[in-house]
Amino acid sequence: MDKIAVDTEKGFRHVIVYDISLMDNAAHLPRIYLYRRIVQAKLFIDGHYHQNIDLDNIAGEAYFSKFHFIRIFKTTYGKTPHQYLIAVRIANAKLLLQKGKSVNQVCYSVGFDSISSFSALFKRLSGLAPSVYQQQQLERQVEMLNAPQKFIPNCFAEQNGWLQKPQFSINEV
Amino acid sequence: MITKLNHVSIFVLDQDSAFDFYVNKLGFKVHTDAAMGPGMRWLTVTPPEQPDLEISLMAISEGMMFKKEAAEAMRDLVAKGTFGFGVFECNDLLATYEELKAKGVTFKKAPTKEFYGFEALFMDDSGNWFSLGEKAK
Repeated sequence: MDKIAVDTEKGFRHVIVYDISLMDNAAHLPRIYLYRRIVQAKLFIDGHYHQNIDLDNIAGEAYFSKFHFIRIFKTTYGKTPHQYLIAVRIANAKLLLQKGKSVNQVCYSVGFDSISSFSALFKRLSGLAPSVYQQQQLERQVEMLNAPQKFIPNCFAEQNGWLQKPQFSINEV
Repeated sequence: MITKLNHVSIFVLDQDSAFDFYVNKLGFKVHTDAAMGPGMRWLTVTPPEQPDLEISLMAISEGMMFKKEAAEAMRDLVAKGTFGFGVFECNDLLATYEELKAKGVTFKKAPTKEFYGFEALFMDDSGNWFSLGEKAK
């Protein structure tokens, strides 16, 4: 590890601790700095998706112009920050629905403020209405509890002694 | 004719800790988490964009699969970092490296240009290691 002072686009000096192996290519350094800001923005969304996030603010904190920020974010993650925020909210909504929380509760706890836009976005991204998704997941959980062998390839179950019935064997034919 | 790989096992020292690593750090999805009786759990996760490849996080413990000595030997080897299990792919190696490092993942090798591509190596919480490469653009 080594310490390197990096001049950013706006002239700030930051000390970055970085692996020596990346120093062989000096052209990497500003890119690394850029990546850190983008990754921090992504992690910020991951940790605060349930709040009323101001994406303009994130761009500001990353020291980029809004459009520059959106462009780099999209190149890195394949989604604009806004699209990414929606995807994180829907992914977390799925986890809460799996736990049996009501659609209403889930909508507000992942940061949406209207049921209709939550349901529409959920359906667009997952192909199912939240209530239908929840029902499917809850049924699957009951099945997993009652008949766990169904979810396991036989060879693994057999090796672990999890099979309850004798299995078909070629010798019996 | 074989058409696909749909299950693969990774042997882990502790399933709760592996769950945290693969789900909360790597961002994998839980596919199946089924209790199979006292102390036995079938836990599989899938990479985010590969929902039909179940990675089974198998606990190394004494039982039908491992005798006592075998379990001890296996735990020891895994913890020593003996086994490399595969190559994961991401869209952007530097960004993924920064993110995983921020989440506390241990890297044996930072992103490095090799003759075969741009690669990093990381360890899971048990000691299994993986290569991480960037999707060809």
